[in-house]
Amino acid sequence: MKAFWALFTARNKEFYRDRAGLFWNIAFPFLIIAGFAAIFGRGAEPTYKMGVVPSQGEVLSYQLPARVEDSPFFSKVEMPNKEEALEKLAAHRLDIAVQAGTEPLSYWVSDTSPKGAIAGDILEAAAAEPEVLKNYTARQTIEGFQVDYIDWLFPGILGMNMMFSALFGVGFVVVRYRKNNVLKRLAATPLSAFQFLSAHVVSRLLVIMFSTLLVYIACVLMFGFQCKGSYLALITVFMLGGASHVSLAMVIASRGSNEEFASGLLNLLSWPMMFLSEVWFSIEGAPGWVKGLSQALPLTHVTSGMREVMSYGGGFAEIMPQILILALITTVFMALGSWMFKWTG
Amino acid sequence: MDIMKINNLVKQYPKVRAVDGVSFGVRQGVCFGLLGPNGAGKTTTLEIVEGIIPQTSGEVLYKGKPRTRDFAQEAGIQFQSTALLSFLTVRETLATFARLYKNPMDLDKLIALCQMEDILERFNDKISGGQKQRLLLALALVNDPELVFLDEPTTGLDPQARRHVWDIVRTIKTQGKTVVLTTHYMEEAEKLCDEIAIMDQGAIIAQGSPADLLQEHGKGVLASLPAFSFPIDPMTLADENIRVRQKGDNIQLQTKDIKGCLEKLLQAGVDLHSITVRSPNLEDLFLDLTGRRLRE
Ligand SMILES: Nc1ncnc2c1ncn2[C@@H]1O[C@H](COP(=O)(O)OP(=O)(O)OP(=O)(O)O)[C@@H](O)[C@H]1O
Ligand SMILES: [Mg+2]
Repeated sequence: MKAFWALFTARNKEFYRDRAGLFWNIAFPFLIIAGFAAIFGRGAEPTYKMGVVPSQGEVLSYQLPARVEDSPFFSKVEMPNKEEALEKLAAHRLDIAVQAGTEPLSYWVSDTSPKGAIAGDILEAAAAEPEVLKNYTARQTIEGFQVDYIDWLFPGILGMNMMFSALFGVGFVVVRYRKNNVLKRLAATPLSAFQFLSAHVVSRLLVIMFSTLLVYIACVLMFGFQCKGSYLALITVFMLGGASHVSLAMVIASRGSNEEFASGLLNLLSWPMMFLSEVWFSIEGAPGWVKGLSQALPLTHVTSGMREVMSYGGGFAEIMPQILILALITTVFMALGSWMFKWTG
Repeated sequence: MDIMKINNLVKQYPKVRAVDGVSFGVRQGVCFGLLGPNGAGKTTTLEIVEGIIPQTSGEVLYKGKPRTRDFAQEAGIQFQSTALLSFLTVRETLATFARLYKNPMDLDKLIALCQMEDILERFNDKISGGQKQRLLLALALVNDPELVFLDEPTTGLDPQARRHVWDIVRTIKTQGKTVVLTTHYMEEAEKLCDEIAIMDQGAIIAQGSPADLLQEHGKGVLASLPAFSFPIDPMTLADENIRVRQKGDNIQLQTKDIKGCLEKLLQAGVDLHSITVRSPNLEDLFLDLTGRRLRE
């Protein structure tokens, strides 16, 4: 136990004295979230870029029919003439171009732009008399709670950052230590592989916890995120996620002293996780094998557990499956990592 | 009593047989030296004995038995090259390592012994090569070991620092500890070691106390003269009592009968103004045994 603490504190000092590492650990997730908050905001809907060609006549007029003017789907850009509007349309810098002062309203879209086709439909619906549309469709809005994308994204980003910090912060360091013989020096002491590994794991978990807490608080204050469910459940699923990723890193770092190879392997693991673990987007509707693969990745269970708690007010009962799976992954990888571990390359 | 006994050790790497059937015993309380040129297999042998790398075959016994987990508690090891935990000061490094052991040495004593007072608050990676060497030596002693392994403890040190390391080794020897070290320096081996084994190409080619080895292999004395002192071909002077060797611009004569040799030189009209006569040292012995210089 004394040996464990000795290594644990040494590792912690190493982390907080490494100012550059500390900075990126906290700044990176915060910047991503701030960036996405700026792009999407809350409750905003996607807009289409509309180029307005002025009416022909004595005075140039950009006046469009009132219902089109009021549509929230378009951001309007005034064009000097038709040629320039069409040029921009062809280059996909506009989604749609509209000629002001025409009746019926004439507009152009590009055949090769899917957004253009949708923009056209929206324009037609907006321009039509509501009375006429009623005969064809009936709009209803769903009752109750909806999650904004940015609120959905937030737990994903926290999870992703945890994954990178766990995989690279441990995997890379251990391989480097093996390469420059730090591990060999430790092997000459009574320290056991398990003591060494667990000191690393616990120290890294502390680091992840600390940096995530800072990011969480800053984001809550600035962007008004909220956690509807149990904080304890949230922390539990997050920390188990951290533990499972750190143990996964231990398996990868258990042998070998080639930093490039280790970093390649870590990238090979982290990239699919970034896209298949529903950090950025849902994979609902993806082929069955993709979903199966996604279930095999620990990060998937972290993001789904966190979302359940934060957005839908879940507690331990609701996320028990995630907690159990992550605990199992941690145990298996930790055992495997200690068993495979080699001090020298 | 032999504290360590090594029997027929072999280490086969894919392309080289780094250690090829090495056997030796280390008596309790002595300083045992492994000598040899680069690539002789010293480090490999030492690291197998320390339990850091596995042998291909052969046996390593500590106090008559295979090593147990206690070995790590009782042995202190200095490797030829190691990096240390980054972002830690020298003092923190010593304290961290001390806490890995059951019975560490008192840190203040250790710091005094290794004269590290001036660098305690510096970061590990912000000290000079010689200071780092001292830190590594201190780490090898941090558990107050019975048995200390030092792999080239003085390589890269200035003469004063080297003498300081020698003092430390002598001090720990007086405390009854056993020291096993490797070195390239014959002077170091002669000064520190009670027993030496000379290694070349993975095998021990001579072993014994420095005095015995010289007695056995380096018989007689060495006389050295510049080549221009000879009016005749020096090789014609060789006989059953005199060995003649060209060493750079000098001619070296090895003989058991210095009087007869000098008479022969005078008769041949050799100019004796620049002659030097000395008894052979381990360096000569090594040259004799391997036909190669130690540090080439
Ligand atoms: N990990 C390894 N893989 C392959 N060959 C190795 C390895 N380690 C050492 N060798 C080879 O084994 C031989 C002995 O090396 P060793 O390091 O034991 O020599 P040494 O006597 O300590 O030399 P030096 O005085 O330069 O430290 C060398 O030919 C070396 O190239
Ligand atoms: Mg060596």
